[in-house]
Amino acid sequence: MKTTNTQANPQTSLQTGRRPWQAGTLVPLALFVLLAAVPLWGLLTDNSFYVAFFARIVIYAIAVAALNLALGYGGLVSLGHALFLGLGAYSVALPAFYGIDNGWVHLLVCLASCGLAGLITGAISLRTSGIGFIMITLAFAQMGYFLFVSLKQYGGDDGTSITLTSKFVGLDMGGVYTVYIVSLVLLALLTWWMARLRVAPFGMVLRGARQNVRRISAVGFPARRYLLVSYVLSAMLCGVAGMLLANLNAFASPSTLSWIVSGDLVVMLVLGGIGTIFGPLLGATAFLGLEEILKIFTDHWLAVFGLVIVFIGLLGKAGIAGFLESAGSRRAKGAPRPAAPGAARKGVEA
Amino acid sequence: MNEYLLRTESLVKRYGGLLVTDSVSIDVRPGELHAIIGPNGAGKTTLINQLSGELHANSGSVLFDGHNVTALPIHDRARRGLLRSYQITSIFEGFTVLENTVLAAMGAKEHAFRFWRPMLGRPDLVKVANEALAVTSLLPRAQTPAAELAYGERRQLELAMALAAQPKVLLLDEPMAGMSAQESAGVVALLKKLKGAHSILLIEHDMDAVFALADRITVLVYGRAMFSGTPDEIRNHPEVKAVYLGDEAIG
Repeated sequence: MKTTNTQANPQTSLQTGRRPWQAGTLVPLALFVLLAAVPLWGLLTDNSFYVAFFARIVIYAIAVAALNLALGYGGLVSLGHALFLGLGAYSVALPAFYGIDNGWVHLLVCLASCGLAGLITGAISLRTSGIGFIMITLAFAQMGYFLFVSLKQYGGDDGTSITLTSKFVGLDMGGVYTVYIVSLVLLALLTWWMARLRVAPFGMVLRGARQNVRRISAVGFPARRYLLVSYVLSAMLCGVAGMLLANLNAFASPSTLSWIVSGDLVVMLVLGGIGTIFGPLLGATAFLGLEEILKIFTDHWLAVFGLVIVFIGLLGKAGIAGFLESAGSRRAKGAPRPAAPGAARKGVEA
Repeated sequence: MNEYLLRTESLVKRYGGLLVTDSVSIDVRPGELHAIIGPNGAGKTTLINQLSGELHANSGSVLFDGHNVTALPIHDRARRGLLRSYQITSIFEGFTVLENTVLAAMGAKEHAFRFWRPMLGRPDLVKVANEALAVTSLLPRAQTPAAELAYGERRQLELAMALAAQPKVLLLDEPMAGMSAQESAGVVALLKKLKGAHSILLIEHDMDAVFALADRITVLVYGRAMFSGTPDEIRNHPEVKAVYLGDEAIG
C-alpha cells in the first residue's frame, strides 16, 4: 500500500519527507530493541563487560543528542561541550567526596552548574558566530579543564574515584545494570522529545535560525535569545550524560573535560547525521563500536579509524542517518537513483 | 486615530563621511500605497532597513502606530505589525512553503518557547498562512520545499510571509526585482488587490508598476527626499524628469 501511495503521488511523498517504516527509522528502532536486550544478554552470559560498554554508547548518545539540540538544530558549532560533560561528572564526584550520596542533590548540582555555565559561556560566545564561536566555546572548556586539574584536593589531573554513587529512591546508580537501564530510558525519552521538538515552534525557530538568522529576527523572533536557550538546555542535558558517565565509571577526572572529548562528540554527531533525530544514537554507536572492534585487530587502530570516518563522511552531509533515509527512499522507488535534492536537503538543513 | 501609520522625522544615516539618508521625513497613511523611487544608490534600501529596524539611524526618529519605535530592534517592530520583504529573496530553504508561512504568521503573534506540540498542528496559524498563500497563488505549492521553488515563486513566498504576519504596514523592497514581465504583471495585480486593505511602502524600479499602483510617490536622490506628490505631479515635475525619469539607464 505504501508503494502504491508513493507511486500515485511521488511529489508529495517526497516532499513530506519523513515517512515511517523506512530504513531511516527501522534501523535505529531495531538498534533500540537490541540495546534493550543487552542487560538480558549480560545476565544470561553472566558477563557485565559488554553491558558497561553499551552503557558508554548509550550515555555518549545522550551527550550527542544534547549537542544536536545546539549544533544540529540551532547551528551552534560548540567545541566546548566536554565542559558540561565534566561538570556533570564532578556533580557526582564532589558531593560524594563530602559524603553526600543523594542522587537528587547530584542532579540539582549538575543542572544548576551546567545551566549557569551554559548561560554565561553561551551569552558571551553568542556575541560571535562561525569560527569565533568555535574558538570561544573551546576556550571556556579548556578553562574548565585546567580548573579541575588545579584542584589537587580532588585528585588533580589523576581524577578522583567515586565511592558514593548517586542514590535515588530505591535506585543505586552504582550498579552497572541500573545505570544502563536508566540511561537507555533517558535516551529513548530524549530521542522522542527531539523528534517532537524538531517540528514544534521552538525547534522550527532554531532550525530557521540555522538557515537564515537574519530572517528569523525579521519574522519576529529575537534569534539570539532562542539560540541561548537552546545552548543552556543543551548544556544541562549534556551534564546529565556526565552524571551517568561518572556513576558508570565510579570515577571523574579532568580528561572528561579535554577538548578531545568535545571533538569526539562533534565527530559522533557528524557521523550519525547533524540535525537528524537518530543521528546521535547512530553516530555514538558507530564511533565507539568501531573503536572497540578495531582495537581488537591492531594497535594502530586510529589509522584505520580515520579512514573509516573519511569513508562515512563521503556518504553525504547527513551522515549515517541521511544515508539510511536515502537508501530507504531509493528502495521505495524500486529503482536506484540519486537522492532527490529535497530528501537530501531534509537531512542537511534539518 | 492617527493620521499616519508610519512616519519618519528627519532621519539621518551616515557611513563615515557618506550621507546615505539625508534628513528624510516621509509618512504612510492608513490604506495608502506610498512608493519610493530613485536611481541606484539613492539609499532606498538603507531607508527601508531603518524603518524595519535592521539599521539604526544616526539621528531622527521613526514613529509607528502612534509610538516612537526608533530604538526598537527588528523583531519588536515585526511583532507590532511593521513587516518587510527583502529585495534579495530571504526564505527558509529547508522548510516547505507552508512551514515558511506559518513560521511568519507565528512570529507576528507570539513567542515560540513551545517544546512539544507541532507548529503545523495550530489550526489558527495554518489558516492565516493558507489565506496568505491563496492570495499569492502559492496554495498548490504549500507542501513543496522552498528550495525547489522557481525564482518568481520565491518572490511570491516572500510576499506571502509578510502577509501571513497580518501587518499594519508592509515594507516591500523591490518585490518585482528580476521577475519576467508576466510575473511582474501578476505581482502588480496582487498589490492592487492588497492596496486599501493594507498600508504599503513600496520601493520599486519598474516605473510602469509604480505609476499604476502608487497613491503617492517620493523621489529619493542621494539620500534626500527630493520631491513628493501624486503620480501625475511626479510625472510632470521638471526636476524629477531631469534627474530620474529622463535617464534611460535606469531599469
